[in-house]
Amino acid sequence: MHLAQLNIATPVAPPGSPELEGFMSRLEEINALADRSPGFVWRLVGDDGDDATGLRPYGPDVMVNLSVWESLESLREFTYRTGHLELMRSRRQWFKAADGPYLAMWWVPAGHIPSVVEAGERLEHLRVHGPTPEAFTFRAPFPRPGTLAA
Amino acid sequence: MTASPLAVLHDPVRRGVYEFVAAQGAPVGRDAVAGGMSIGRTLAAFHLDKLAAAGLLEVTYARPAGRTGPGAGRPAKLYRRAVGEHLLSVPPREYRALAEILAEAVEESGADAAAAASARRQGAARTAAIRGGLAPDDGADPVALLTELGYEPYLDGADVRLRNCPFGTVAAAFPPLVCGLNLALIEGVLDGSGCAPRLDPRPEGCCVAIRLSKNNGD
Repeated sequence: MHLAQLNIATPVAPPGSPELEGFMSRLEEINALADRSPGFVWRLVGDDGDDATGLRPYGPDVMVNLSVWESLESLREFTYRTGHLELMRSRRQWFKAADGPYLAMWWVPAGHIPSVVEAGERLEHLRVHGPTPEAFTFRAPFPRPGTLAA
Repeated sequence: MTASPLAVLHDPVRRGVYEFVAAQGAPVGRDAVAGGMSIGRTLAAFHLDKLAAAGLLEVTYARPAGRTGPGAGRPAKLYRRAVGEHLLSVPPREYRALAEILAEAVEESGADAAAAASARRQGAARTAAIRGGLAPDDGADPVALLTELGYEPYLDGADVRLRNCPFGTVAAAFPPLVCGLNLALIEGVLDGSGCAPRLDPRPEGCCVAIRLSKNNGD
C-alpha cells in the first residue's frame, strides 16, 4: 500500500499576482525536490504545465496538491525535514487560514493513482468524521492496512 | 508522574556521564566516556548501563570505522542520548498540554505572525537578561548565548547548528508553526549580532541553522 495525500489552499490573491510571487517563484524548485525525494511516487500535474497550480477541481479559488508516497515517513521527511518547511512557515503570506481540514491522507493500493474526485471525498470524510483509517492527518495517523499499530 | 528515569541522574558523576554523551555528535563507547570524564572504564560502563536501563541513553553496536571482516573483533557497545522526553515538575504542571492547545489554536486561526513577533521579543529579552540589558554586538559569539538558552550549539563550517530541538514533541506535532517560532526566538536572541538564522532542517537535530557573521572570529 502507498500513501495518498491531498491538501488544498485558498490563495490571498490570484497565482499571477505580485502577492503570490514569493510562492510561485519557489514552486519549481520545491516540486523538483519532491520528485527526487526518497519515497516519492506521483503528484498531480495539470495539462498545461509542470505543476497543479492551474487546476481548480474544488472551486475557482481553491488550489490543490495531490500526491502519492511510499510511506507516511517519506511524506513526513519531505514535508518537514527539507526546504519545504521554510515554504510552509511562510504559508500565511500567500494563503488564507483554512476553515476546517485542509489536508487528508489515506492508504491506496500501490500503483493506484487517486482522482481529484476520490481525494475530495476523503477530505470531506475527514471534515465530517474526524481522523479515521479512511482519511487522516499527520497528527492522527493510521497504520498501513495489514500492519499492527505501533 | 514517574520520577524514576530522572532519579538516576541524582548521582553527580552519572549526570556528568549523561551530559558528556548528550554533547557528542555521534554514539560513544565506554573508553571515550572514561577518557573524556577522567574516570575509570569500569565506572564509566557502570553509569552508562544504569542510564541505558533507565531509558535515558540508547545502546547501539558498531565496529570501529575501517575494521571489518574476521578479526575485526566484537562490535563495540555505543551509547547516545535517547529520544524520549522526561519531564519532572513539582508541583505537577502540564505545560506541554497547554503548548499543544495554544499551537493548535494559533494554527487554526492563522495567527502565526503574531506568535512569531512575540517569540522575537522574548528572544531579545532573554539576551538582554543574560547580557545585562545589552543587545549583542556584531561579531558577538552566538555559541555562548545559545548554550545558555539550552540549544547545544556546534560549529559546522560557516554555520552554527543546534543538536537539541528545544520544543521536541510540540515541534514534531506542529513543525511549520513551532519551528518557525523557534527561528523567530533565535532571531530575537541574536538580533544585532550580525548572524543570520534560517530554517534548514536535517534528518536530526534542530531545524534552525545560523550563518555566522563575517565578523565572528576576528
